[in-house]
Amino acid sequence: MIAAILSLTLLGAALGIILGVANKFLAVEGNPLVDELTAMMPGSNCGQCGFPGCSGAAAAIADGSAAPTCCPPGGKALATAIAAKLGLTVDLSGMSDDGPKIAVVSEELCIGCCRCSKVCPTDAILGAAKQIHNVFREACTGCSSCIEKCPTEALAMKPVPVTLQHWVMPKPVAA
Amino acid sequence: MSEFLLLLLSTALVNNVVLIKFLGLCPVMGVSKSVDSAFGMGLATTFVITLAAGASWMLDNWMLQPLGLGYLRILTFILVIAAVVQFTEMFIKKASPGLYQSLGIYLPLITTNCAVLGVALLNVEQKFSLFKSLLYGFGSALGFTIVLLIFAGLRERIALARVPGAFAGSPIAFVTISLLALAFMGFSGLNV
Repeated sequence: MIAAILSLTLLGAALGIILGVANKFLAVEGNPLVDELTAMMPGSNCGQCGFPGCSGAAAAIADGSAAPTCCPPGGKALATAIAAKLGLTVDLSGMSDDGPKIAVVSEELCIGCCRCSKVCPTDAILGAAKQIHNVFREACTGCSSCIEKCPTEALAMKPVPVTLQHWVMPKPVAA
Repeated sequence: MSEFLLLLLSTALVNNVVLIKFLGLCPVMGVSKSVDSAFGMGLATTFVITLAAGASWMLDNWMLQPLGLGYLRILTFILVIAAVVQFTEMFIKKASPGLYQSLGIYLPLITTNCAVLGVALLNVEQKFSLFKSLLYGFGSALGFTIVLLIFAGLRERIALARVPGAFAGSPIAFVTISLLALAFMGFSGLNV
């Protein structure tokens, strides 16, 4: 018992140290700009931009092959933030964005088929087979991957509802 | 000497790890779309299997068996394999970013390639010496790479051929690999 615990602990620690040292010696200096842009993206890797995940989109934006507006879940807020960071001017007119949205299940239409929860990149949809699904508002990034999967059109993108727990004081208008 | 050569030949061809033992089918189906990435995957897996075979032999003979901890074998082997794969990933990322891009998700998935764990466990079962374990691991990995390369070559040709709609994609790939397995059955006549 004690031999088992000790030997596995020692083995794990030794492998961890070896990997840690290797990580130092084999570190690859990435483009710091790409890392910063990746941190700004929604991070759910939903793939709507057509790039392999958010880091792929960040790399494409950094080298100029993609527009800052390529991220649908990020919306206008993300496009403006990226443009400000890169010193670009962006054309926001093409983005139909009226503020952040999340997916909402209408309970009278949901048949509990689980198709939406399988595609959700952030596991924000809960529910079992033949049980009405629901969306965790904290986990939903608004990527709308689930909308087209719904056979009964029970899912829709709605503006984030304001509840007592989520209300914040509006920013004061500049004089 | 001839004994070692025969061991290498029999693990690579006669008892091929993919087509006869049916281990490690996921990367064979997943990374065989182009010969280039198949070659890279083969090299990475060869490196991992050989290193993991040696490391797991040392752990089993110098740590688990003296302490009577044979029941921890699978756990420790997976730990070692995961560490070796992590190391390989760092190394490839440093040495060849292009290969790192083309292997993508399949590189960390070498951890769950059952050929790696299978070879390590078969080594223990057959009570090989350290050198023979390394050779067995290398031979198995060689067989894996050969099959991966042949299959990738076949799939590149199939991509250009006119396949009936019902067979397009994965079905024709499975039909092809079963024919390849039949072809490898011919090596069982080698009698090594």
